[in-house]
Amino acid sequence: MILSIGLAVGFLAVMTLFLALLLVFAERRILNYGPCTLDINDGKKTLVVNGGSTLLSSLANNDIFIPSACGGRGSCAYCKVQVFEGGGMIGPVEEPYLSPEDIKENVRLSCQVKVRQDIKLAIPEELFLAKRFRGKLLHKRNLTYDIVELRIALIEPESIEFVAGQYIQLESPEYAGRDAVMRAYSISSVPSDDRHVEVIIRKVPEGICTTWVFEHLKENQEVFLSGPFGEFQLTDTKAPAVFLAGGSGMAPIWSILREMRERGDNRKAFYFFSGRNQDDLFFTKELFALEKELPNFKYVPCLTREDANSNWQGERGRIPAVLPKYIPDAKPFEAYLCGSSSLIDACVDALRQHGIQEPNIYYDKFE
Amino acid sequence: MEDAANLTGLAPVMLIFISAAFTDNILLTRFLGMCSVLGVSKKVDTSLGLGAAVIFVTTCTSGLNYLVYRYLLVPLELEYLRLIVFIVVIAAFVQFVEMVVERISEGLYNALGIFLPLITVNCAILGVSLFMLGTPYNFLQTLAYGAGAGAGWALAIGIIGGIREKINEQALPRGLAGPGITLIIIGIMSLAFVGFSGMIRI
Repeated sequence: MILSIGLAVGFLAVMTLFLALLLVFAERRILNYGPCTLDINDGKKTLVVNGGSTLLSSLANNDIFIPSACGGRGSCAYCKVQVFEGGGMIGPVEEPYLSPEDIKENVRLSCQVKVRQDIKLAIPEELFLAKRFRGKLLHKRNLTYDIVELRIALIEPESIEFVAGQYIQLESPEYAGRDAVMRAYSISSVPSDDRHVEVIIRKVPEGICTTWVFEHLKENQEVFLSGPFGEFQLTDTKAPAVFLAGGSGMAPIWSILREMRERGDNRKAFYFFSGRNQDDLFFTKELFALEKELPNFKYVPCLTREDANSNWQGERGRIPAVLPKYIPDAKPFEAYLCGSSSLIDACVDALRQHGIQEPNIYYDKFE
Repeated sequence: MEDAANLTGLAPVMLIFISAAFTDNILLTRFLGMCSVLGVSKKVDTSLGLGAAVIFVTTCTSGLNYLVYRYLLVPLELEYLRLIVFIVVIAAFVQFVEMVVERISEGLYNALGIFLPLITVNCAILGVSLFMLGTPYNFLQTLAYGAGAGAGWALAIGIIGGIREKINEQALPRGLAGPGITLIIIGIMSLAFVGFSGMIRI
């Protein structure tokens, strides 16, 4: 009896051990591609990396941080780079994210390209400027019932250079069985405050990074982020601006507006902010105070589900419905939109109907 | 009617293959490997890709498991461990093949490789290895049985993929779209496959 149990257990142990060793050995032998050279932007930078991992992580290991919101699963399509040689075939995961123009220009998702040989690639110059920062969380402040503001002091490197409107990638480490991921959040602090980074984060149910931020991240804890990324920013023209945002879409616009105040940029500007009821509003006092410092600026919070009997004096209704009251002719305006894709799509439609020029619409969609 | 096991030469091998594919179709008469059918049968080309991967894996794993059973489990009198041993062998084999395919051919990896992890734990694969034990086949016949079962599964999922491509799912009642209509298709197809039963006895 004991003998047969021992035999069975022993057999299983030997068998699985043998197969596991075989696999480990095979992985070492078969998937070892040796050192490969990455030639970036026509020789501007050359890296020698060990083959076998993805282009995205090989670059990240060498301090070149390609934006990636999904953490390399091939679902956000942020990590596009041009791969001219050695990228292999386009895989089935990345194919849906590549337009015919992308394919013509050799654009690939760097998280899906494996480094198996020497690769020639091109990335936007600004990505050389992006860095990985170590910082310390100074405070975590509730702005509404589902939105927090994080203020992070940068430790190393100790200052960041960015344009208001850009975003960073926050890293959430492994916790409670969830993977380590990076998620993109717009910077809400102003560029002149270059030793700190502030972000505004809305709770996403089941979201890996937001759950970490809301439930695990403590003040004074060490955090890692990389950036800055993105092209969302105020143009240099003097054209009147209309900002539209909802929820945590406040962040880049909060940064842009405060920078306008610092520079005394007194262009005509409207800011429509969408919420369901008064509980969704934040920075309200500060924004109305800004109206006094920037005489041509007007803040218009729009509530869609506010109780009809409440004391709310402001606008009730969706932004597309409220907008024409303030902007009958949108033609001279430049629009800056930030928020969920449904909000942005609805607002872009409304702006178009009111005559805005398509190239003057800039947006940053939060998926 | 022929009794396949009593024939000699290549004829029984062919017969076993055909019977495993048609009269004893693992998907349509045994209803194994359903989860991947429900998940991946939206288009013909992905269906056939998965089908090809299944053919390959059933053939190889039934052969491997035959050898493991015959030369390891039976002499050690550990037949009752077959279920767990077969699963481990299949999982390791699929992992191994995935690595090899990734190394040797990127095209093949893109076509088949992404399906391999999907079928590591596919019950059809394990089913083939277990059903094989109830038969008096030799090694070559076992390979034919594995290949036939895989081919039958691939044929079935290919047809289902084709039918689903033609169906306008938007026009279906909401509760029936997706898995619902697929199960109905499988039911009708398995009725059709009843026509093959009794043609060959194995």
